[in-house]
Amino acid sequence: MLDCGLDMTSTLNFLPLPLVQNPRLSNLPGWSLKDGNAFLDKELKECSGHVFVDSVPEFCLPETELIDLSTVDVILISNYHCMMALPYITEHTGFTGTVYATEPTVQIGRLLMEELVNFIERVPKAQSASLWKNKDTQRLLPSPLKDAVEVSTWRRCYTMQEVNSALSKIQLVGYSQKIELFGAVQVTPLSSGYALGSSNWIIQSHYEKVSYVSGSSLLTTHPQFSVVFQPMDQASLKNSDVLILTGLTQIPTANPDGMVGEFCSNLALTVRNGGNVLVPCYPSGVIYDLLECLYQYIDSAGLSSIPFYFISPVANSSLEFSQIFAEWLCHNKQTKVYLPEPPFPHAELIQTNKLKHYPSIHGDFSNDFRQPCVVFTGHPSLRFGDVVHFMELWGKSSLNTVIFTEPDFSYLEALAPYQPLAMKCIYCPIDTRLNFIQVSKLLKEVQPLHVVCPEQYTQPPPAQSHRVDLMIDCQPPAMSYRRAEVLALPFRRRYEKIEIMPELADSLVPMEIKPGISLATVSAVLHTKDNKHVLQVPPRGGWGPPPRPAQPTGGKKRKRPSDDIPDCKVLKPLLSGSIPVEQFVQTLEKHGFSDIKVEDTAKGHIVLLQEAETLIQIEEDSTHIICDNDEVLRVRLRDLVLKFLQKF
Amino acid sequence: MDPECSRLLPALCAVLVDPRQPVADDTCLEKLLDWFKTVTEAGPSLLLLQENPCLVELLFRVLKAHDPRPRVLSFSLRLAGLFAAQEDCFQYLQVTPSSSVSQQGELLPMLFGESGPLGGAAWTAPTVRSGWLQGLRSLAQHPGALRFLADCGAVDTIFSLQGDSSLFVASAAGQLLVHILALAMRGPAEGHPSPQGCDWPACAQKIVCHVEDSLRSTATPQVTQALNVLTTTFGHCHSPWTQGLWVRLSPLVACLLEKDPIPASHSLVDLLLSVARSPVGSSDCGLWETLAQTLSHLSPTQAGPLALGILKLQDCPQALKTQAFGVLLQPLACVLKAAAQAPGPPGFPEGATGDSITVDTFLSSKSACVGLLCQALAHLELLQLLPQRPSPWPQAPLLRAAVAILRFCHGSAAPTSDVGGHLCAVLAGCVRVQRAALDFLGTLSQGTGPQELVTQVFAVLLEYLTSPDSSPMVLKKAFQATLRWLLGSPKAPSCCDLDPHTQLFLGELLPVLRKRLCSPCWEARDSGLEFLTQVTRHWGGQAAFRHALLASEVPELTGQLLRDPESYVRASAVTATGQLSSWGLYATPTGPEHPEVQQESLFTELLHILSTDSEGFPRRAVMHVFTQWLKDGHADVAEDLEQFVARVLQAASQDLDWEVRAQGLELALVFLEQLLGQPGSRCPYAVALPEAAPPATLAQVLQALCRVQLFEFALRALFDCDRPVAQKSCDLLLFLKAKATPCGGPQEAGASPDVVSVEAALQRWQAGEQGQPLGELEPEAVMAVLRSMDLEGLRGMLAKSSDHMEKSPQSLLQDMLATVGVLGENEADCY
Repeated sequence: MLDCGLDMTSTLNFLPLPLVQNPRLSNLPGWSLKDGNAFLDKELKECSGHVFVDSVPEFCLPETELIDLSTVDVILISNYHCMMALPYITEHTGFTGTVYATEPTVQIGRLLMEELVNFIERVPKAQSASLWKNKDTQRLLPSPLKDAVEVSTWRRCYTMQEVNSALSKIQLVGYSQKIELFGAVQVTPLSSGYALGSSNWIIQSHYEKVSYVSGSSLLTTHPQFSVVFQPMDQASLKNSDVLILTGLTQIPTANPDGMVGEFCSNLALTVRNGGNVLVPCYPSGVIYDLLECLYQYIDSAGLSSIPFYFISPVANSSLEFSQIFAEWLCHNKQTKVYLPEPPFPHAELIQTNKLKHYPSIHGDFSNDFRQPCVVFTGHPSLRFGDVVHFMELWGKSSLNTVIFTEPDFSYLEALAPYQPLAMKCIYCPIDTRLNFIQVSKLLKEVQPLHVVCPEQYTQPPPAQSHRVDLMIDCQPPAMSYRRAEVLALPFRRRYEKIEIMPELADSLVPMEIKPGISLATVSAVLHTKDNKHVLQVPPRGGWGPPPRPAQPTGGKKRKRPSDDIPDCKVLKPLLSGSIPVEQFVQTLEKHGFSDIKVEDTAKGHIVLLQEAETLIQIEEDSTHIICDNDEVLRVRLRDLVLKFLQKF
Repeated sequence: MDPECSRLLPALCAVLVDPRQPVADDTCLEKLLDWFKTVTEAGPSLLLLQENPCLVELLFRVLKAHDPRPRVLSFSLRLAGLFAAQEDCFQYLQVTPSSSVSQQGELLPMLFGESGPLGGAAWTAPTVRSGWLQGLRSLAQHPGALRFLADCGAVDTIFSLQGDSSLFVASAAGQLLVHILALAMRGPAEGHPSPQGCDWPACAQKIVCHVEDSLRSTATPQVTQALNVLTTTFGHCHSPWTQGLWVRLSPLVACLLEKDPIPASHSLVDLLLSVARSPVGSSDCGLWETLAQTLSHLSPTQAGPLALGILKLQDCPQALKTQAFGVLLQPLACVLKAAAQAPGPPGFPEGATGDSITVDTFLSSKSACVGLLCQALAHLELLQLLPQRPSPWPQAPLLRAAVAILRFCHGSAAPTSDVGGHLCAVLAGCVRVQRAALDFLGTLSQGTGPQELVTQVFAVLLEYLTSPDSSPMVLKKAFQATLRWLLGSPKAPSCCDLDPHTQLFLGELLPVLRKRLCSPCWEARDSGLEFLTQVTRHWGGQAAFRHALLASEVPELTGQLLRDPESYVRASAVTATGQLSSWGLYATPTGPEHPEVQQESLFTELLHILSTDSEGFPRRAVMHVFTQWLKDGHADVAEDLEQFVARVLQAASQDLDWEVRAQGLELALVFLEQLLGQPGSRCPYAVALPEAAPPATLAQVLQALCRVQLFEFALRALFDCDRPVAQKSCDLLLFLKAKATPCGGPQEAGASPDVVSVEAALQRWQAGEQGQPLGELEPEAVMAVLRSMDLEGLRGMLAKSSDHMEKSPQSLLQDMLATVGVLGENEADCY
């Protein structure tokens, strides 16, 4: 299984979970059907023309119907955003396999999960809505609830216990480490340049190679995003039979550099006017980039005195983790670790008190809180986490600004339950993953035989149907797939590699058939175990009938290794070469045959020994001697034929 | 020749031929040749050779050297050519034997004939081949030379050198052929020789036949060589014989058009334009047909330069001009067609309808599409500025096309056609086309357009200014184009204020500018500030602009940028705040940084930058602003003029950057002019001071100058180690002297103690001890010092370049000899 992501956009259909009692949200009117039926009014609430489920938010799980997940042997994780559904799979489907991921992926993934669990568990909500999920009821609901898919499979958030159990099934791997899977294939994680520990995977046998490219970044020349992590390893992706491509940028028209510029400018303008800035974000990832850019920017913009707050239950761990995974960083950042200097400049921001971090708005934060300020906090969906509090607190003033930088959620949908809203909203999605120009360059460089990708990448975005540059352009055209579609990958396994034991190899006597081509007969036992094939020396005694097993002592019949060896007949030598008819006839004449007649046929020749009433049929790959029950004659003729052929 | 040079020359020649001595670098040899050129141009070369036999000996020795060094050999060939340019000297070198070298022979054939370097190992060095060609180029000045060239078979060698691997050699060979052809046609053949060439001199005949053969060749390089020779011929020779040459060769040139692909199309275009510009063009009707034919045969990319060239011609048939203009407009017509929502003519003149060939070019590849568009935009931009641009000028469709291109590049166009979709994919985010289109759009601001189109122009400019994806360079171009369109926009008819559309646009623009001033990208901040400076300079007095600007927070942000970490931005912020302040539009910033700090005046802040900024750009900008303020009578200046000048000069005098000190002198001059009157102002209507101020006033002026310590500043600058500063100071003091002296002023102070101390200080300054101040100065003493100083002499000395001493030929020869130690000074260093 490649990745195990969680679709969190389902939470946009739910009301936000406020940290403190919120009269506005609790007094929203219940929603009733057009005919006035109000049986759903406890579950659904109406806010500014939108309808929301008033319940604990639920998440859309990966497809579980198509295959039995208990039969999955291995899950390969490419980055920490792509493992958020892991507890659902490992704990509730009978999964007994192994999950492979790099160490930073696991550690930061744990932080993301921990934050998610914490956000939801700290504001327990008694109510759990289920009536609206009834298919007949759902049809009557307004959009987008009406169009939500597979709502019956939506699940509440997992617990910390499940997270720990899921993470315990992960086996840590390092870049370029080769992992044997049952002898059948070898998998290798490669740096994908997107996030701390993010990887692409190569799945290969001796003769086939499949690359899985997910969430990669090539931003090497951008001043804002000076490569932070190890750069993407492109060379190892070459010579792939199939390249499965996913995790491209969600906002192909937004250049990350330009967006960071927008982010900084809007931040400065708001703060300068005495307003506060709210940045809904995950506790890891883009926030590092933003802090690094702000580190360089705040002095030039005269913002040195403005406090920056980072509020997350895992803020402290996140900031610390990013500083210690030196081996996963780019060369520049690695060098800093040995100086010793923290690789990310946010350490300096913390030292100089410009950046402060808190586990939540309670406690120390309320003492230190000073406005105007900039707050980074989760969750980007605006449905849970401390961000809900700030939205309620600052939403009424037009001096304040909320800047969306995470591309995962539609900002308009995220804002819907907060309407009417006076604060300014800026959308600066920063997605450093590959765009279509970069994909095109990558594919030219890597040259896979086939590209497989989601259907969406093979056509322009629906809203910009003329932008044919916003789709994958490769030859042969990419094979696309859609949800729940079963796709046959365009290659067949035709060869297996077989090893020859050294003793056996020593015994071979190759014979040159043509210049450069030698053949040798091999007589051996093919031993197959764990998809590994080995040719071993046959047991002593050669290829006669198997040695009679020693009489079992003690009456018990024991299975011996030699019992496995199949019965073999004595092998005759292999023949090669062709029979020159004229010389053959001369030889026959020399040996006393007369009245020889040669006829040409479509496939060769027929030599007729009329006197002996015998016929020798010579074709390219066979010779038949047809005579009437005269075994002596047949053997004589056979030996004459064999004289013209090579044996080995 | 200078006797001293004559004395040094034998030693130098000996060094040059001595293989053990290192050869001076190429620059020295080039300088030496330059010097010989001036010497031979000034007098008879023969005499020079006779007086300096070492020169001929040098040529012989180099020739006979076993393994001549390529540089020296090349030098000798060129030197011989220079001497042989004069006919008597040419003959002398033809026959002269060397006086001291055992071998004898005819020098010139030995140098340039087949027995010379031509066949030797040295010929493999490009510098030798180049020297051989340049030597012949100098030599070929008289009929004797022509005979010599024919006799030694040089012309055939030149033919082969046209295809030399070194581009310099190949180019020189082509030019030499043209030179020989022109020389051959001079004299008896001059006039109107028959095109058949029966009456042409043999040498000319040979060259023309070679060109004809090359034109018939199937090898493109040979065709290119022939075309290049012809291009140079028609470009440089305007004698009547060139007409005959064209009559003879034009059929062959026309034949090239029938080939597919057309060989050497670039060179062909150059030739046709060269012929069209020459006298041949005005008399040959066939040429216009050839040009028309070429235009239609060449690919759109190849035809562009030809079309532009045709449109630049003075006399050219209208039909051809229309065709050429059509070629230039084709790409834009295609764009318009591709962008059109509904079918309809793009509005261009007939002949520019977006033909299929152009469409094919667009579709062939991204680079072809981008190249063609950029070329068309650049050509049209050039054309728009020319007086002979086509009329009527299709302003409206061009505007529409420029807007469409910019929308394609921005991804905001929504084309319905396939070509449109392709263009969209190719141009999206293409910075090169964006820059070219914005430049072109800016140029189009010189014309007018229907209001609906102008609105579109402003809309697309605003898109670019707003877009986070605009690269810094594109943003700069967008600001520049916006400025041009804003300044070109009409004034409201009722009053002098801005028209309502412009006011509306300003309302949208200023928030964008505000955001750009906050950009983390310094180039964006810088472009924003430059734009602000320019627009304020022009509109600072417009009420609508003032109102919008003051309400926009832009002035405060500009003030904030005076402390920007990037020095370019600080410099631009200085200029912008200076400009804003001049119009009373600057309010001291109250940022969140130090809200509690009492804000000082802008003057104090700029003075602080002048005194403390570590980079030169902001400090220079401050000096420019202060000078402008002084000229304009800025309120901060007028408040206490002397205090202003004194503080600025004090800061400038200590600056390490000579440009700041020079600008300080500029400011001092403005101050002086304001006190004493402009130098040479003669306007009879001006209410100006009389030419020399009356004595009483002058005394006050001098007192004032002493108070602001202008004298100390100027006198110190007089001995500045940077020449421009010293020159400026000298000019200033001369101006002061001229103003002060005629009216007598306070007369001779004699050798008063003051004067003595000033002169003593000046001597120390001159000696480089600039630490000591002058102290309190009395005007009388200063004037006395000025009168006693030879300022005119100093100005003359300063006017000479700093290396005038070192540029003499004698110095050159000495340097070259010193390098190899012949002068004997460095012997002790040898071990």
